[in-house]
Amino acid sequence: MKRILALARKEVLHILRDPRSLAVAIAMPLGMLLLFGYAIDMELRSLPVGVMDLDHSQTSRAIVRDMTAGGFIVDAGRIHSRDEVERGFRRKKFLAVLVFPEGMDRDLANGNSPTIQLMIDGSDAATAQTVENYLSAVIARKNIEILREDLGDIKPPLEARVRFLFNPELRSPDFVVPGLTAVIMIMICALLTSVAVAREKETGTMEQIMTTPIKPSHVLIGKVIPYMVIAVLDATLVLLIGRVVFHVQMAGSWWILAAYSLLYLFISLALGLLVSTLAKTQQVAMTVALVATMLPTLLLSGFLFPISGMPLVLQWFAHIIPATYYLEVIRGIMLTGRHWYPFELGIMIVMALFLMSVSMRKFRSRLD
Amino acid sequence: MNDNNGYAVRTDKLTRRFGSFTAVDAIDLAVKPGEIFGFLGANGAGKTTAIRMLCGLLAPTEGEAWVDGLPISSKAEEVKRHIGYMSQKFSLYNDLHVIENLEFYGGVYGLDKAEIRSRSTELLARVGLEDKGRTMTVDLSLGYKQRLALGCSVIHRPNILFLDEPTSGVDPIARRQFWDLIYELADQGTTVFVTTHYMDEAEYCSRVSIMVAGHIEAMGAPEELKTKHDVPDMQQLFITLVNR
Ligand SMILES: Nc1ncnc2c1ncn2[C@@H]1O[C@H](COP(=O)(O)OP(=O)(O)O)[C@@H](O)[C@H]1O
Ligand SMILES: [Mg+2]
Repeated sequence: MKRILALARKEVLHILRDPRSLAVAIAMPLGMLLLFGYAIDMELRSLPVGVMDLDHSQTSRAIVRDMTAGGFIVDAGRIHSRDEVERGFRRKKFLAVLVFPEGMDRDLANGNSPTIQLMIDGSDAATAQTVENYLSAVIARKNIEILREDLGDIKPPLEARVRFLFNPELRSPDFVVPGLTAVIMIMICALLTSVAVAREKETGTMEQIMTTPIKPSHVLIGKVIPYMVIAVLDATLVLLIGRVVFHVQMAGSWWILAAYSLLYLFISLALGLLVSTLAKTQQVAMTVALVATMLPTLLLSGFLFPISGMPLVLQWFAHIIPATYYLEVIRGIMLTGRHWYPFELGIMIVMALFLMSVSMRKFRSRLD
Repeated sequence: MNDNNGYAVRTDKLTRRFGSFTAVDAIDLAVKPGEIFGFLGANGAGKTTAIRMLCGLLAPTEGEAWVDGLPISSKAEEVKRHIGYMSQKFSLYNDLHVIENLEFYGGVYGLDKAEIRSRSTELLARVGLEDKGRTMTVDLSLGYKQRLALGCSVIHRPNILFLDEPTSGVDPIARRQFWDLIYELADQGTTVFVTTHYMDEAEYCSRVSIMVAGHIEAMGAPEELKTKHDVPDMQQLFITLVNR
């Protein structure tokens, strides 16, 4: 125990005296929180849509009013020629253009069906899709309104009432902030610990330690404790700021969330140790930790992109990434209040045991 | 096999291969307690590999060795309580204060707090760093770093001290000062097992062995070896053996 503490104390000194590790431990989590929290929140709001109104009628004005009512879309101004349309798209003045044809109102009155043209910038496919859905819905509602005027108080034969459960306003911080804790824990545990172990190998101090009577497993425990503490503090900080600044909801219990998070923390640490047993230098450790743990967690775990939308091969990959399961749990607890995840729990326990035993064994044999 | 009990270090056909390459080839050594044993050899002769086996860092491919009477193959963990080791890279933490390095090694050797404190202060004075305890280790000169590393490796008062090229790269004055420390330790009964490729340092040893390409080519007191091979100094002896 004394020996483990000696190692832990020394590791704290290293962290405090190294601006780079302090940056990763403190600045990066906060930076990521602000970046993902604000940027993603803003992006799907206030999308500019231009209007080319060749009709100048009551109906065209009413549709524009409906369209901008929610704040999701803002009116990017009037367009008077086809040239302006192309220029505006290129300069990103607007993401979509609505064209109301000349004589639309008159055609409507005569019982013809005039066509409203909708042009959308497809370069950002996800946003384009969202804008299309939104504008189509606006026009569909207008259709029903017009029919009612003609035919009295009719009802649409089928009506879909859409309500987004668990995240009623489709607010992205509710989705992103819980996911961020997964990313940050991997970052601290896998990146910082593997670099810390590799550094001792590089400078030869690991060899020196191994000639003392301390057990190899105790060396690892002592080195890892400070990073565990940092990871716990960072995760808490991110959730706290998420709650206070971004009003992220918490439907479930903090304690149960903490228990699952601890399990995920062990998996992250085991991954970090595994990387450090394979890597002989800090450079290699950093690269492997980034490519093998950070990137998959960022891109494939469902943190930013839903897994169901990925190509099949990437979906397989997604299912061997620990964060995939942890994300399921943390989002579930925070958004739905569900507490019991036997499947995810089972897989995470198996992963933790497997990775821990492999990295311990590797660590021991590598010193031979 | 009880003849190893009287020795601080004894090896029996100790061998280490890396793949098909034999770095240490069936060496037999016998070091008596309290001796300063010079383990000489050119670069690549296999000195570090042999020391790493004796310190339990590397498993022998064949053969056996006894350190303080304990077989390294089965009692490696216990051996570690009896030895100190200063590696070729003398492994200090550059971002720690001088005293923090001593305290850290005291901690991993399992000394208690009071002991760590008294030993650290004592060793600081012994290696001539009494007023530099709060200096950042990176700012020390190479000579001081080597002495600090020596201090760290004896903080737990080991019976046997392994030093792997402890004086490489420093000026003759610093080397002389380092050897004064080695003598002090030996006077207090510590067995010192030291590798070097400075042949003048070989003259300071009670006994030496000379290793060439994994083999021990000669072993004995410096005077004895010089007479036997009819050479004026260790330098000549070394050249003769390597070219043989
Ligand atoms: N881990 C290793 N793997 C392969 N070869 C090694 C290893 N360690 C040492 N060697 C080789 O063994 C030989 C002896 O090395 P070493 O014991 O370091 O020599 P010395 O300390 O006498 O300079 C060298 O040729 C070296 O390349
Ligand atoms: Mg060497």
